[in-house]
Amino acid sequence: MAEMRYREALNEALAEELERDPNVYLMGQDIGVFGGAFKVTAGLMERFGEGRIRDTPISENTIVGIGVGSAMTGLRPVVELMTINFSLLALDQIINHAAHMRYMFGGQVSVPIVVRMPQGAGHQLGPTHSHSFEALYLHVPGLLVAVPSTAADAKGLLKTAIRDDNPVIFIEHESLYSQRGEVPDDPDFTIPFGLAAIRREGTDVTIIGISRMAQTAERAAEQLAAEHGIEAEVIDPRTLRPLDLDAILESVAKTNRCVIVEEGWPHGGVGANLAALIGEQGFDDLDAPVGRVTGVDAPMPYARTLEQIAFPHEQQVIEATLALFGDRRRASRG
Amino acid sequence: MADHRLPENEIALDWLTSMTLIRRFEERAGEQYARGKVGGFLHLAIGEEATIVGAVAALRPTDYMIATYRSHGQALARGSEPGRVMAELFGRVDGLCRGRGGSMHMFDRERRFMGGFGIVGGNLPLAAGFGLTSDYLGSDDATLCQFGDGATNQGTFGESLNLAALWRLPVVFMVTNNQFGMGTSLERHSAQTDLQRKGEGFGVPGMECDGMDVIDTWAVTKEALRIAREERQPVLVEAINYRFRGHSIADPEDYRTEEEVLAWSKRDPLVTFGDRLVAEGVLSDEQRQAIDLEATETVDAAVAFAEASPEPQPSSLYDDVYVLSDQVRGWYSADHRGAELRKGEELS
Repeated sequence: MAEMRYREALNEALAEELERDPNVYLMGQDIGVFGGAFKVTAGLMERFGEGRIRDTPISENTIVGIGVGSAMTGLRPVVELMTINFSLLALDQIINHAAHMRYMFGGQVSVPIVVRMPQGAGHQLGPTHSHSFEALYLHVPGLLVAVPSTAADAKGLLKTAIRDDNPVIFIEHESLYSQRGEVPDDPDFTIPFGLAAIRREGTDVTIIGISRMAQTAERAAEQLAAEHGIEAEVIDPRTLRPLDLDAILESVAKTNRCVIVEEGWPHGGVGANLAALIGEQGFDDLDAPVGRVTGVDAPMPYARTLEQIAFPHEQQVIEATLALFGDRRRASRG
Repeated sequence: MADHRLPENEIALDWLTSMTLIRRFEERAGEQYARGKVGGFLHLAIGEEATIVGAVAALRPTDYMIATYRSHGQALARGSEPGRVMAELFGRVDGLCRGRGGSMHMFDRERRFMGGFGIVGGNLPLAAGFGLTSDYLGSDDATLCQFGDGATNQGTFGESLNLAALWRLPVVFMVTNNQFGMGTSLERHSAQTDLQRKGEGFGVPGMECDGMDVIDTWAVTKEALRIAREERQPVLVEAINYRFRGHSIADPEDYRTEEEVLAWSKRDPLVTFGDRLVAEGVLSDEQRQAIDLEATETVDAAVAFAEASPEPQPSSLYDDVYVLSDQVRGWYSADHRGAELRKGEELS
């Protein structure tokens, strides 16, 4: 094991896959000479050359489209969009083309592209630069969606994404790039999609955290244990398509309560989807309605005081969890 | 338009045969649509046969061809079986895309016909991507990308031309100027109506061909492909033509006059080319009729093939949503609602 930052783990995954397969190439704005807006691709152009680490103009839809075209004809592009906010400009190529091509043409072609991009609020960047869009991409059949929250997951999932023959939306988080974590040294280390991680074991409630919110959920769980005697099981699904629903249902069958934490908007969100799935398949196990903690139903404000209350923190997770224990709390007070 | 000599007899007859097949196929497709055999939208290329056949004739078999939602003709010219093209229109399992794409989304991987695409301007980035693959792998394959005059107003037009020129990709962008972006005439949708000049600012030189003349289209496309292939310089070719039918079958054509259609119909590429072959002694009237009869018979057989092809099974509904592997075991593993109702891929 080696300790490294999330961005370094991503860099290592890219370097190893570039080394392993000559048809893997990288493309994006400022990824070469500049080393990436978040320095994820630092040093790769020097090592692999301009033919494989390609700086592009600011043309998101066409960058993704060129990636799709090259993937249809034998290459394995990894496209970096500077942030997920700009992926809105590329939705036509992502949804109408990358996601549907194989189905639309009766299986004659596959599109092994990875679109990497970070998301998230917290840096006072206002409404256009603070989005969390995992729900948007989760919505689309044909796409796989990964949301790594640790350095090890970032590396292991990215390597799997590059090797997979389906289009993968790989959602990083701006606030995680500098975080350190233990990462296995083995160059063949990968993490399969569709395998959730149990971050903390517990018996009283299941808290599911998406992307960065897996960490928020873990910290909230420690406080719930210390201050309220509630032992929460924290699950990080790591990929939303495919989804490890078995792990979630198994946990809910044990705890009988569930809270879902995400940074994106509530309507049509990941939590809404998971709550529906748990309701459909785990209804008999539930002692309380599934709770959701989400970003507020508004664009992201710039002012720090407003921004900090516009996306979830530990306190909201704790409150939402306690709300599921209404009877017990009343009993303990009595 | 340059005054071209005829190509060798065999080639000239081949082009006439190919254009005739497209014409008769499109006419029959329109009839089948009226009978309810074909669903959705149906965009016919009647009048545009010379642009299709001339351009495809300039390609090598290993070159990539990509087109729009009006692309039955491109598939046929590239060699796809007419029965499979018709079966796709009928939504049957023997269709080129197993009934998943329909009229707007033809695709024949074996023949490097890389698709018909339903989004205007959506295919230009893909074409640049094929060019990148050719460049990356060091092959001398080139790509021909056809799109309509309306697509030159999309962002992907400028973005793709800029990137193709910047990276010196072997792509010929061919705008088939049929005078209308759906029902909006060229002068009402584009400030620059000399479309071949629209690439200049992006570093892509323009050429023009008479899209109603199969020889001129072939000659100009061939030179453009040579420049793209050998000089690694993308080119924008404007093929000026006219569609004799509406944008789609559901088009009342209120935006143009009968006089205009009549004037253009005098330049019908099938008639003018056939007349010339007869006039120059390449073709007898009997042979000309025989080519037409053969095309009709081919199309009859295509309809019979499509009629006989089965409807897709409901159990195939989720086939090919994903490439299956250890980590994606079926469509339902990507979204776990009710596995028993959504087996699809595992059954096949």
